[in-house]
Amino acid sequence: MGLNQYIVKSPVMGTFYRASAPGERPLVEVGQQINVSDVVCMIESMKIFTELRADQAGIVQKILVEDEEPVMKNQELIEIEIG
Amino acid sequence: MMTFKKLLIANRGEIAVRIIRACKEMEIKTVAVFSDADKDALHVKYADEAVNIGPALSRKSYLNMDNIIQAATQTKADAVHPGYGFLSENAAFAKACVDNNLIFIGPSAECIATSGNKSAARKTLMALGISIIPGSDDIISSPQEAFEVAADVGYPVILKASGGGGGRGMRIAYDKDELADALAVASGEARAAFGNPDLYLEKYIQKPRHIEIQIIGDHFGNYIHLGERECSIQMRYQKLIEESPSPFVDEVLRHTLGETAIQVARSIGYTNAGTMEFLVDKNKNFYFMEVNARVQVEHPVTELVTGLDIIQQQILLAQGEKLTLGQDEIRLNGWSMECRINAADPADNFMPSPGEIKNLILPGGPGVRMDTHIFNHYEISPFYDSLIGKLVVWAKDRDMAIKRMQRALSEFQIEGIKVTVPFHQTVFQDEDFIRGDIDTHFLEKFDAPG
Repeated sequence: MGLNQYIVKSPVMGTFYRASAPGERPLVEVGQQINVSDVVCMIESMKIFTELRADQAGIVQKILVEDEEPVMKNQELIEIEIG
Repeated sequence: MMTFKKLLIANRGEIAVRIIRACKEMEIKTVAVFSDADKDALHVKYADEAVNIGPALSRKSYLNMDNIIQAATQTKADAVHPGYGFLSENAAFAKACVDNNLIFIGPSAECIATSGNKSAARKTLMALGISIIPGSDDIISSPQEAFEVAADVGYPVILKASGGGGGRGMRIAYDKDELADALAVASGEARAAFGNPDLYLEKYIQKPRHIEIQIIGDHFGNYIHLGERECSIQMRYQKLIEESPSPFVDEVLRHTLGETAIQVARSIGYTNAGTMEFLVDKNKNFYFMEVNARVQVEHPVTELVTGLDIIQQQILLAQGEKLTLGQDEIRLNGWSMECRINAADPADNFMPSPGEIKNLILPGGPGVRMDTHIFNHYEISPFYDSLIGKLVVWAKDRDMAIKRMQRALSEFQIEGIKVTVPFHQTVFQDEDFIRGDIDTHFLEKFDAPG
């Protein structure tokens, strides 16, 4: 990972969701420009949904997990190039 | 009337364990169902038989009606107990049980459907003259209409977004000028938050308490109520501490709420155990909120003060037995309090905390009941509710119940996951709580903005 990149990680063990609700479009796509505090994905753990937000503006480089896949705490989810 | 020989529990966690315990004492065989994530769960160990009903995700297992019905028919169960949550208030599931010659332990499918339809329920209750929170019948179409409804129900009033909850789009107004301002702000907030500017207006109940009445009814139109539960201690609309009786309810209010609860139950042909929820304001005016057509999480506090086993009552009533207890035989004896212990971190904004349990020591001793499915090295999975157990105490009065709960909480030891025990300890040291001076906003002072 370069200095101009950062990675969104899961704060908790749970299920990774790319959309905010079933049937909705994914919150972000690879190549998309995002702003600070944009919601980039959701994690569900124990029926609680947590929105994960971008710390900095940038461009989505990679989405490292498939939609609806289980994830571990601190697992890397989305790679973002700062800019 | 029939006697159940075998009963399937369509649930998991502590309530599945609770139902199995009731069955064992009645010499009824039990069938557990479990998902791939629950192979090692306690309800699977305790039941006489266990059937795998699918993958970890609830909608593929514990919400999968076909698989559950199949498990019940293939094991030749007579009846299905749905517990709470999952399919417990699903009219289609209650009907599917009946269609497959299984007794559903709860009210009829029709009654569940009626209970769930809030606007129809509102009309039925108004016709019966039962007090509900006054407000606009539908969304507010103009400021003029808002002023008229507000004048009618009396200030203060609250505006609520029709599109959602969580406090956004909500505004309280104490007079007409404030309402004019609030209409503009709340509508904008609602549009931003939910993409829908629609608002409705209700009388704002100041410092309300959430008080509910446990009722039971047989198939012959006989009903009794088992007194109230005080459930005002809530975090983000989730109950965290319950007690019975309520420090706020006197004999007169208990009688009135009880009679009203039975009137509602009778009007919808309710059978089995159920709960009627009320909001009660500081002047003891009460407003009916909703029917919970199932056993409640917090049923143990009622059991400890009445001496009745509510799950066993449910089973007897479902077998078609007549209610033999009279209302005059129900006395609330002593005081009971319950803490819902959740796998969540109070130091990190109540973030869920799944993981493997280690070094577990559960409280015990006089007057302490721990309803739980956890044990050492049990893995709390992220797929289900965060409730890991209910710590319930009984003592002869409220002060002693508080002391007993403080003592029991201090005995609770767990590693590997974070739990809400430290937060419960804080609340049980709070002076307002100890005095019984509580309402549904009580926990807001502890809830750091997320």
